[in-house]
Amino acid sequence: MKFSFTDEQLMLKDSVEGFLTEHSDSSAVRAAMSSTSGIDERLWQKICTDMYWQAILVPEEFGGLGLGLLEVVIVLEQMGRFLTPVPLSAGVQSALALRTLVEKPLAQTMLADLAQGQLVAFAHTAARPHWDAQGVEVVATEAPNGWVLDGEARFIASGNSADALLVVAQIDNNLGLFRVAPSQSGVTLSKMPTMDQTRPMGMLGLSGAVVSVADCLSTDWEDHLESVLALSRVLVGAEQVGCAQASLDQSVAYVGERVQFGRTIASYQAIKHKAADMMLKVESARSLLYYAACVGDEALMETVTSHDLREAAAMLASSAGDAAFFCAGTGIQLHGGVGITEEYDIQLYFKRARSMEAYLGRPDEQRELLAAMLLDGDDCHAA
Amino acid sequence: MQLRFTEADEKFRGQVSDWLSDNLSGDFAVIRHRGGPGDEHVYVEERKAWEGRLAEGGWTCIGWPEAWGGKDATIEQQVIFNEEYARAGGPGRVGHIGETLTGPTLLAFGSELQKQRYLPGIRAGKELWCQGYSEPGAGSDLSAVRTRAVLDENTQTWRITGQKVWTSLAHESDFVFVLARTDLAEKGHKGLGFFLVPMNQPGVTIRPITQLTGTAEFNEVFFDDAVCGSDDIVGEPGQGWKIAMGLLGFERGVSTLGQQMLFQTELDEIIRIARENGAGKNPAIRQRIAEAHIGLRTLRYNSLRMLSGGDDGSLNREAMIYKLCWSSWHRNLGKLAMDVLGPEAEILEAAPYSLGRLQSLFLFTRADTIYGGTNQIQRNIIAERALGMPREPRGES
Repeated sequence: MKFSFTDEQLMLKDSVEGFLTEHSDSSAVRAAMSSTSGIDERLWQKICTDMYWQAILVPEEFGGLGLGLLEVVIVLEQMGRFLTPVPLSAGVQSALALRTLVEKPLAQTMLADLAQGQLVAFAHTAARPHWDAQGVEVVATEAPNGWVLDGEARFIASGNSADALLVVAQIDNNLGLFRVAPSQSGVTLSKMPTMDQTRPMGMLGLSGAVVSVADCLSTDWEDHLESVLALSRVLVGAEQVGCAQASLDQSVAYVGERVQFGRTIASYQAIKHKAADMMLKVESARSLLYYAACVGDEALMETVTSHDLREAAAMLASSAGDAAFFCAGTGIQLHGGVGITEEYDIQLYFKRARSMEAYLGRPDEQRELLAAMLLDGDDCHAA
Repeated sequence: MQLRFTEADEKFRGQVSDWLSDNLSGDFAVIRHRGGPGDEHVYVEERKAWEGRLAEGGWTCIGWPEAWGGKDATIEQQVIFNEEYARAGGPGRVGHIGETLTGPTLLAFGSELQKQRYLPGIRAGKELWCQGYSEPGAGSDLSAVRTRAVLDENTQTWRITGQKVWTSLAHESDFVFVLARTDLAEKGHKGLGFFLVPMNQPGVTIRPITQLTGTAEFNEVFFDDAVCGSDDIVGEPGQGWKIAMGLLGFERGVSTLGQQMLFQTELDEIIRIARENGAGKNPAIRQRIAEAHIGLRTLRYNSLRMLSGGDDGSLNREAMIYKLCWSSWHRNLGKLAMDVLGPEAEILEAAPYSLGRLQSLFLFTRADTIYGGTNQIQRNIIAERALGMPREPRGES
């Protein structure tokens, strides 16, 4: 039992932190926010060529680094801290989906494309309000030369900038997974205008879009969606922990400088105790994050049950979602008046925390999922 | 990161659990799951005998060096022992103050003579210890100690006068370690000494404190010219604070997983009731049960991080939040138990004041957020030591 990072993982963390400190400051984030794509394109190119983080989860035989979810989590936690506007988690989500079909030549090609820096986005739901199979609105109908797709998908992480899309669609009593090109006919892809501008999301309209048999990855994918979403929650959890940590750090820095009644407001117990509560939530969420990442890595090797993965992901989503929102919200309060201005970054974290806690299911929905495991099944123990 | 224990550790786990299931039976079956926090006053004679049995089996003081009868057990092995002990329903340890506080303190700071005099009795489970830290005027502000110790040159003895409070198992203990002021001109952390004092003497008087549960596991201990030898001071006069603070660092969280095992049995009981009485269909209760489940698992992974961290024994960030985390969680669990029980929660097991297990849990967990550093003190510690925020201004003491 050693629940701490290896030397290699510590080196990765340090290199990510150093790189982002240099390349992903507040002005870079704000420039990307107001751009069309919402992405810092130059930074993303630099990451794809110099750092190769997009290839972490891609197996080595397809040109990737063949590392684990824990390494991705290390990178994404730092990106959450810096609000780095690059589509890393979107690509990782697609890599996770493609790894369920790794024996298929098309999946192998797409994994290789991901490792080369192509952006493949994962389009699975219209989220009204379901994020799971119930929320899939695209319908695939079998046609002579393949399939015809109709319907809509929204909340596609970085989907507006995608080079290619992985589209989940309803077929008879199951789900299918298809590759769709944004440029093909019957496809409209646009950016969703969102309250949080640090995390661009796309929406996809499909109207009689024809997909060839070669672009059909699976017609039996329903069982995989749940595990891909559970693993995706771990990615979101990593960004949430980073977001919570940054909210705490920026707030502690601010109250250490702000002087009222002749002393820094950091010296008041009312402020200190709020900061202590923030740290407690950050560290607790971080413990569940590393646990969930370990379970996720074992799930990728099929050494744990899908029940364990769903449980770990739900615990993390509840804890990290609450932690990020609590820390960013409390952070605004600790900033006082300047906290609600556009000038200070704490409001960016607040909006980011809100969008992330809702993405893939709110914390209370995750808790209901756990409650069902604990209270409604036959056995008393979820663990 | 490696969440699983090694094969060798799992083999050790098997030895512990086999021994416990063989021995925690017969005359000792009655003390299974008894004598924990809030229940420390029960079956004391049986639990004393149990210490002897543990000692014979070589299961006391396993973290101590082999030279002093220990097993030099690794942190992992100590964690496993505590976990299996709790899983088997091992009773609250009457010897735990000696094993986890006095022993490590003497090993680190004691003289050779002190080690030879006191360690074997603790290792054998024959000499029990209690602690004399808090005073009526020294709670969160532990350094406001007023108990004083004066060296009598003629008899070569220390004479101790003052009052300690919140001392559990005082009646049953053979010795108490006492933080007392050796230099009356000094205040706060300075001028303190750390003394090893026999309990069975005319100068020591014990008075039980009846708690809100109707039971009394804590005591007040009065020292009126109580005596210990001139060589029963650990370190030098004036070093008492350093030694007292060192002692608080020895525990290193090896018992936290065992504690969580007890918490799990409480949560399981609450979940069982919620499934039976229909409370588990109430959406608000469902949220709280899920939160309790998440909270307990969070404690586990906080602990594992704490146990895997800093090999130098320094207190890392996870360790600083641990007390605040578990005490708040446990107190909430007590309230959840009452809400799941519904109207039944109010009805006693028996008159005049015999509480059920969950009623005790509810009432006694109000102490969790107070003893060992209140939640407010814990937040100060986190803010000041982990986050580097300014220290509280001190008043005149």
